Amino acid sequence: MTDAATEPAWPDEIYGVLKEADVEQICYVPDAGHKVLIERCVADNEITTVLLTTEEEGVAVLSGAWLGGQRGALLMQSSGVGNCINMLGMVQECRFPLLMLVTMRGDWGEFNPWQTTMGQGAQAALEAVGVIVHRVDDAALAAETVQAATRFAFSSYRAVAVLIGQRVIGFKEFAN
Amino acid sequence: MAEHKLTLNRREAVARILTDRGDALLITGLGSPTWDVAAAGDHPNNFYLWGAMGGAAVMGLGLALAQPRRRVLVITGDGEMVLGLGALATIAVAAPGNLAVCVIDNERYGETGMQEGHTAAGVDLVGMAAMAGWPTTACAWTEEELEALMPAIHSEPGPVFATVKVNADPVPLVLPPRDGTALRSRFRQALLGEKAFE
Repeated sequence: MTDAATEPAWPDEIYGVLKEADVEQICYVPDAGHKVLIERCVADNEITTVLLTTEEEGVAVLSGAWLGGQRGALLMQSSGVGNCINMLGMVQECRFPLLMLVTMRGDWGEFNPWQTTMGQGAQAALEAVGVIVHRVDDAALAAETVQAATRFAFSSYRAVAVLIGQRVIGFKEFAN
Repeated sequence: MAEHKLTLNRREAVARILTDRGDALLITGLGSPTWDVAAAGDHPNNFYLWGAMGGAAVMGLGLALAQPRRRVLVITGDGEMVLGLGALATIAVAAPGNLAVCVIDNERYGETGMQEGHTAAGVDLVGMAAMAGWPTTACAWTEEELEALMPAIHSEPGPVFATVKVNADPVPLVLPPRDGTALRSRFRQALLGEKAFE
């Protein structure tokens, strides 16, 4: 993974987009790809962070948050997409806005074969239950894609997922 | 569980809880708890789940965090709760002081043929919540114990986890509205006024 000296700009840019959009609840199952964004949100007193045991909880938490007048975002790794499927049925049926930021595994240059099935199936699985999917494979486009997804979700009352490709995040190195 | 008998009627228990609801916001778990709440009377700040099994308690969490000045109640069933048991850990950590989760526990899966559930075999949801770190937990088997639960459910600092043990006697089917978009819009309008449509 990257060290501090070469820390990429896109997580901070996404954080700025979320702040600009008045996102006040962040639900997450930790992922290395979201490490910086999670740290920014946890340190932000204006954002309530909810640590989940499984990603589908976040779909329900953020449905409740929007019922209560707050906007949120759900951060997860692609392996969590499958956990969300039935809960996303509620989002579709109730037209709850939902913003999902998904960091990909089983994608560009994956080393761990066990990540491949869910990673490769994530977009199709989301689209099968009506989630609108935007992909990002260029770090320079990450912030504007999240901005568009945020506007789409909250202005058009839709579930929108941004899949942030492994090409953006970088390889997970298993060797020391 | 052998020393206890399931004596409380679920409709009477839920109606009793809701008598004291005040301006509480309410999420109901799918199946019988949704019908029980409908039978007690519709309300714009009832949000009925007809699906999303396992999501009721955590939906209440998101609502409670967004509305810290309002009491938020979740009324759900034992089967719905065990489908999302991780919620016990998630809510304990988030620790919203205004949330109370009340499980109407008949020890059965009522919508699917009354098969015995985990709590029938002794799984102790109240004990699990206590060990997860919920500050207030309680269980009611009798009318007196149900009465004693009311301050915890409606006003004590949360998160509160309460189980109400009820019998499996048949009750009339009472169905609330099931149009999700209508339910969410009326809920938000009652809570947020014109801001609901911004």
